[in-house]
Amino acid sequence: MTVLEWVASFLLVLGGLFVLIGAVGMVKLPDVYTRLHAPTKTTTLGIGCILIASMCLHVAEGRGLSIQEMVISLFLFITAPVSAYMIAKASLHRRVSMLKGTANSELAEKVRDRKAPEQPTTDEQRPAEH
Amino acid sequence: MLATVLLGVAVLVGLALVLNAWRLIIGPTVTDRILALDTMYINCIALIVLLGIYFQTALYYEAALLIAMLGFVSTSALSKYLLRGDIIE
Repeated sequence: MTVLEWVASFLLVLGGLFVLIGAVGMVKLPDVYTRLHAPTKTTTLGIGCILIASMCLHVAEGRGLSIQEMVISLFLFITAPVSAYMIAKASLHRRVSMLKGTANSELAEKVRDRKAPEQPTTDEQRPAEH
Repeated sequence: MLATVLLGVAVLVGLALVLNAWRLIIGPTVTDRILALDTMYINCIALIVLLGIYFQTALYYEAALLIAMLGFVSTSALSKYLLRGDIIE
């Protein structure tokens, strides 16, 4: 085995462990807001490790540097925080109960009541300018 | 050696899928279930990439990219539906 294959094997095992830790966190953690942390950080890191291992193996087999894994991991790294934010926002909106003793939990109601941005007025509604 | 490592990692990811499915079933709220589905999408991408490494083809990366995009779109659509009662206003 070449050095690259050793590196790829190590990264594969690390990625698998990270994915498993994220799933264990999904089951063990007590409420939605803490459970959001497990997949968005740990699982994303795990899949990044697996995709980098795939890149290493591409190079080790002499098939050149593959850019597709990079595209997938970049996409996942960008979208994971966005989807976590949207799920947290939906949980706040539905008044999902928090863990007892959450700091600043009284702010949740304030965040929930924030209205959507005003729609820009269309040309018909706008008063005529002179 | 590499085949053994791939098998072991596939077992780990499969176990993670089972744990996420457990959360999908028992999840007390709707957002728990959305979160579990989102994580299961990501685990499926990991499994598909492992399959692509095993068969030594670049064909599976297209499928992985498609699943990544569909997962993000479906998660944001479901969250948006819960948030506003409508997906595209």
